[in-house]
Amino acid sequence: METQIICNDLVLGYDGKVVSSGVSFEVHRGDYLCIVGENGAGKSTLIKALLGLNPPISGTISAPGGLKAAAIGYLPQHTEVQKDFPASVKEIVLSGCLGKGGFSPFYTSGQKMLAARQMERLGITGMQNRCYRELSGGQKQRVLLARALCATEEVLLLDEPVAGLDPMVTKEMYGIIENLNRDGVTIIMVSHDIAAAVHYATHILHLSRTPLFFGKKEDYIKTDTGRIFTSYAGGETP
Amino acid sequence: MIAEMMDKLVMYFQYPFVQRAMVAGVLIALCSSLLGVTLVLKRFSFIGDGLSHVAFGALSLSAILNRIMLAVSGAAVQGILGVFVKNQMLLVMPVTMLVAWLLLGATKKSKIMGDASLAMLSVGSLGIGYLIMNKFSSGGNVSSDVCSTLFGSTSILTLSDFDLWMCVIMSVVVVAVFVLCYNKIFAVTFDADFATATGTRAGVYNTVIALVTAAVIVLAMNLVGSLLISGLVVFPALSAMRVFKSFKSVVISSAAISVLSAAVGIVASILLSTPVGSTIVVAQLIVFIVFSIIGIINSKGRKKV
Repeated sequence: METQIICNDLVLGYDGKVVSSGVSFEVHRGDYLCIVGENGAGKSTLIKALLGLNPPISGTISAPGGLKAAAIGYLPQHTEVQKDFPASVKEIVLSGCLGKGGFSPFYTSGQKMLAARQMERLGITGMQNRCYRELSGGQKQRVLLARALCATEEVLLLDEPVAGLDPMVTKEMYGIIENLNRDGVTIIMVSHDIAAAVHYATHILHLSRTPLFFGKKEDYIKTDTGRIFTSYAGGETP
Repeated sequence: MIAEMMDKLVMYFQYPFVQRAMVAGVLIALCSSLLGVTLVLKRFSFIGDGLSHVAFGALSLSAILNRIMLAVSGAAVQGILGVFVKNQMLLVMPVTMLVAWLLLGATKKSKIMGDASLAMLSVGSLGIGYLIMNKFSSGGNVSSDVCSTLFGSTSILTLSDFDLWMCVIMSVVVVAVFVLCYNKIFAVTFDADFATATGTRAGVYNTVIALVTAAVIVLAMNLVGSLLISGLVVFPALSAMRVFKSFKSVVISSAAISVLSAAVGIVASILLSTPVGSTIVVAQLIVFIVFSIIGIINSKGRKKV
């Protein structure tokens, strides 16, 4: 299996303050990696490092398969700015294509087709002219997912994709992500929801001050930490 | 009554200074409204106010520097200095651009440059500017000088050809930058992290926005003065956002609103003999109220359906 991302002995932090150290893991094509851990364990710092927004204090992140810097699609958490942002669904999805456009000031017909295809894929074609701020939480996530897919279909990095969604929509969202993974999209998901992580993921990275675990899900369940957290979360798979 | 007013308008519009004011006013309104949409959405509504106070400080500083240098140096240098004396913009513009870049472009690095430091910078420059003007002003009438810089009461009507050409060139540059970078500006404003992660250089576009904002604000000081500048930047965008739902329609309508209210404001100020700057701001305020009402009616109508 092709290795897409290798992280070697990362020390994560910001402004010189170390949040987490000794983080090493590999991501292969088609993996579904779930990054779990308590608040402040360095999950969002790791995301920033993977996206190239905030380089790690030390250690290396490499992409042997020739994965380009712009080849990680990103589903961020909602920001304050987006609450009242006047933008149509189509405008947002299209903006995902920008990284591929080079210096061209306008969208090409190829980019427009790509955006249309991703909207179709996530079932939001019917709402493409609606205003983003008036959509429900689940619809917003689909829009941002379509935007991320416009940027790349190689690797998706999802930051708490189900935060704030109700149980029905949460399940639906996990279903969408699972389908994308089946289509061959590598998924890296940061989540608080360990029960779901154990259910859907193929690999688990449990972050703390030092990584508690990295490996296959089947092995994670057998570890002490895995057992504590899975039983704490109800032990029941959705 | 109406015929009388029309006569008055026709008479005034025969004067070149009124024509110049109209052209410059409309162009500045267009530029500031385009930038306004981005600034409001990025939560930088107050930047116009802050930067214009910085420009005010720089303006008084440059006036005084020129006088000192003129007094010291001989006639040989006067030729070059003469340019500076006539066009204080040559100092004011770079200073304002630098501050704008520090505030907008470099925000990620410097955490101190938040809300409080903008207020500090703004009031600090205002204080220093007024102090300098009061102590060293060459003209006898300090308070009218200060008043016209702060409220732009007369300066729009005393534009030189040079000022007008500056306006035209700047507007062409602003509109061109905005059209060419439109998609990127949208992406960077909506989600800077995503844009950066997928290969758009957000820092570059933030810097471009900062520099253009500074330039527009320095020009707009002539129109409405430093105190009312935020109105030009903020009102059209806010009005448009009440009613329109997509980024493109908000940008286009806010440009239209801004141009229209600037034109109406200038005409009204001639007819009613009111100060130009404040009349334009009042016109924009009225538009904002009307659009807010339309927005409320729209959303109520949708709920019923």
